Parts: sequence; structure tokens; C-alpha cells
Amino acid sequence: MSNLVEIRDLEFAYGDRKILSNLRMDFPRGKLIAVMGGSGCGKTTVLRLIGGQIRPQRGAVRVGGEVVHELRTDGLYRLRRKMGMLFQFGALFTDLTIFDNVAFPLREHTDLPEELIRDLVLMKLNAVGLRNASKLKPGEISGGMARRVAVARAIALDPELIMYDEPFAGLDPISMGLTANLIRNLNDALGSTSILVSHDVNETFAIADYVYFMSAGKIVAEGTPAELRVSQDPYVKQFVNAEPDGPVPFHYPGKSLADDLGLGAKR
Amino acid sequence: MILRFLESAGATVRESIESLGFATRAFFNLLRFAPGAFRRPALISEQIHFIGNYSLVITIVSGLFVGLVLGLQFYVNLIQFGAEDKLGSLVALSLIRELGPVVTALLFAGRAGTSLTAEIGLMKAGEQLSAMEMMAVNPVQRVLAPRFWGGVIAMPVLAAVFSAVGIMGSYLVAVKMLSLDEGAFWSQMQAGVDVNRDVVSSVIKSFVFGIAVTFTAVFQGYHVKPTPADVARATTRTVVIASLLVLGLDFVMTALMFTQ
Repeated sequence: MSNLVEIRDLEFAYGDRKILSNLRMDFPRGKLIAVMGGSGCGKTTVLRLIGGQIRPQRGAVRVGGEVVHELRTDGLYRLRRKMGMLFQFGALFTDLTIFDNVAFPLREHTDLPEELIRDLVLMKLNAVGLRNASKLKPGEISGGMARRVAVARAIALDPELIMYDEPFAGLDPISMGLTANLIRNLNDALGSTSILVSHDVNETFAIADYVYFMSAGKIVAEGTPAELRVSQDPYVKQFVNAEPDGPVPFHYPGKSLADDLGLGAKR
Repeated sequence: MILRFLESAGATVRESIESLGFATRAFFNLLRFAPGAFRRPALISEQIHFIGNYSLVITIVSGLFVGLVLGLQFYVNLIQFGAEDKLGSLVALSLIRELGPVVTALLFAGRAGTSLTAEIGLMKAGEQLSAMEMMAVNPVQRVLAPRFWGGVIAMPVLAAVFSAVGIMGSYLVAVKMLSLDEGAFWSQMQAGVDVNRDVVSSVIKSFVFGIAVTFTAVFQGYHVKPTPADVARATTRTVVIASLLVLGLDFVMTALMFTQ
């Protein structure tokens, strides 16, 4: 099976602060691949690099065989039409209704008549269970519902690649389960490839085909959810079992408490 | 000590030139995508309606009071020389040449400019502009350009409303309250105001102010750091920078238009 997205020898830094180093990942077509790791480990940066919002210092991201950072603006926009992205907090247009939010990409990129757009939008909203909320504004629905509207908007143009940035963050257990099922079902129904960035172990393991674990901008483990559940890798064990201590320290690196309080032996 | 002063002065100058260059590039980038916005005139007319509406009430009320005060002040002073018949012409020239475009632009910066900056800044903070980019929609063309044209087109109309209401205000004070001869008021105005020299220059001025204020507002909103504190700072910057730009440009244009 060919890969829709390939990442090779990728390095990225904000100024002097290195975010990603020597990254190699494959995202096969039709699969749901999860990228997991603690906050600030560079997961979202991977999505931004795939979407071409930032440029790597070294290495390359290939989407459908095209090197993303070598594309000119029109080429990049052409590529992005095949992508859908769910932002962490939905990023819905607050001045538009839910209907108009989902209709936005259709109106921008197609010349479809308004009746057809109406039918398509209602079908997408039906898929996320919010057809009857189409006349409301984003401020009038809950955070979980807003996330689902954003999913409907991300799939409006039936993209080949759907990227989800922390889709479970801040959701109640019911919404979390709903969203997880929705992501899996959409992946299978649309035949698209999905990249799921998350740190929620249970939901992600329940739906993902393959998981990459990241820490400090590097891949530290990878495998199917079943393999990772029994993994003896200390990082994976700490993460999956939510242990407070392990390779990921509780304290921000720096001086020890004894040094700060002046309790060390005087020299 | 001296070295440190020179260092910081140098850094300040360099940063200023850098940000000026950055703003200039952003301006040309906006101009590059601006004509494309006319392919969807509905977006522009929506913004003209929206932005014009923001500022219409404050423009009318301010225009009325400025006109009332001008009528009163000119009358009190001109009557000392028996020249009160010139009032109509003086009021109209002051409003059309200077006060109309300048005061309207200052009000426009405070009313519509700040809300444009806040709106675009909050869209950026809420990742709406990033979401748009990821949907292969250029935010400069879709969000900034229609707002830019909306402001640029609304500004001369608002300035004309300001001047017209101002003239009516001075008419109320001078003719209706202080019994200035109505015929003298209007005939002096008609004789004193030249369409090419005064009205056209006024339209050009307000058009340029429209460009300056609206560009400042959308630029500040688009380049805001996505935090509530910086959105607040950006709205303040819009008023300060746009007002100074308007006053500076007014001097330059007045010097070019009205000196021989």
C-alpha cells in the first residue's frame, strides 16, 4: 500500500529552539495514524509542516509525491484542497452560522448551485449529528458540538487527507466517545487517510491503526495499539499507564530545589 | 555609557526601518490581491454597509456640532468687520477643504478602524485565518481586501456627509438663530467654492485618508500576536498610527493642492 504522506529526515526549529529532529514517518493511504506525545513535544508542528504553514530547515514532507515546502503558493493551495484540518478548538468562523461555516469551503472552491450546496451541507451536518443546529451561531453550541461542526467543515470537500489536532481536548466522556467513533467512521466511509494528533490514550488506541509516540521532537516508539499496550519501552509505559515518574520528568529541567533554597554544602 | 546609548539608538532606528519595510511589503501584498476582491462585489458591498454604518451616526452628530460651532465663531468674529456675509463661503471652505476629510478620518479611525483591527485580530487569535489558509482560501484576498475596499469607498462618502451636515449646522446657527441673510449665506458659498479646486481635492484627500486608515487597521489586526493583550494593544496602535498618518498626510496634501 502506498503512502499518502511521507516524512523524511525532517528538522524544524523556531529560531534556536529545536522542535523536531530527524523525523521519519509514513502515513499509508486509507489508514488512521495517530501521533501521540506529551504537550509541547512537536505534534502540532508536524501537522503544520504537512499543511505547508511552516517550512522545515532540513528534510522533506511529501504529500501525494509532492514535496510540500518546494511548492509555490498556487501549488500549495491546490494541494490543500485535498486536505481537511480540524483545529484544536474548532476555529469556526464566529460571525457565520453553522450552516454557512460548513458551506464556506464549498462556496469558495466550487460553482455549485445553492440548492446543491444546501443538500451537501445538510448531509455533512447529518453525519456529525448537528443537522438541526444548522441555523445557530458557533457561540450558541457547546465546545464538543463546535468540534463536530469543524469536522463537518473539514470533510466538506471529501478530502483525501484529514488531520485532527487534539480532537478530544476538553471534551466530556460522551462527546469524546462520539468524536472518536466519528473519526474512525469518516475515515472508513470516505476512504480517506487520517492523521490524529492526541494525548488521550484510550480513545486514540481504540480507533487508530498505527501509532507514533513522540518526545522532545523525536519518534521514541511506534507500532499498532496492541503492540504498544504491551511495550516495555519506559516512555511508552509511563505514557500509557499515566505514571507520574519515568523518562518524562515532573520538574522543568534546571537547578535542584536544594540549590534554590541554599541547602547545599557550602564550598 | 555613550556606547550603550549609541547601541540602543541604532537598534531603535534599525527596528523602525525594518517595521516600515515590513508594512510597505504588506501594503503592496494587499494591493496585489485587492483587485481580485472585485470579482465578488457582494463581499465589498457588505463591508461598505457594515463599516459605513459603524461610523455614520458619529459622523453626522460630530458634523452637526462642528458646523454649529463654526457658524457661531465665524459670525461673532466677522460681524466686528461687517463681513458676516462671507460666513457661508468660509464655513463651506473650512469644512470641504480641511475639517470634513480630516475630522471624519480621525472619527473613522476611532470607530471603524478599531473594530476592524479587533475583528481581524480576534479571527487570528481564534485560528480562523489559519483555518482559512488550510482550506486553500487566501485570508488577504478573502478577509483583508474586501474590508480594505469597504473602508476606502466608505470614507469619502462619510466625509461628504460630514461636510453637508456641518454646513446645515452653521446655517441653523447663523441664518435661523442669528438672523444672517439667507441669500448672502448661500450665494457667498456658491461663489466661494470651486468644484475642481475644493470639492475634487476634498474627495482626493478623503480617499487617501481612507487608504491610510483602513490599511493601518487591517495591517495591525493581521499582524497581531494571538493574545488578548496584544489585540488590545493593536487597536490602540491603530488609532494612534492612523491619526498621525492622517494629520501628516493632510499637511503634505494641503501643501501640494493649495499653494501656488
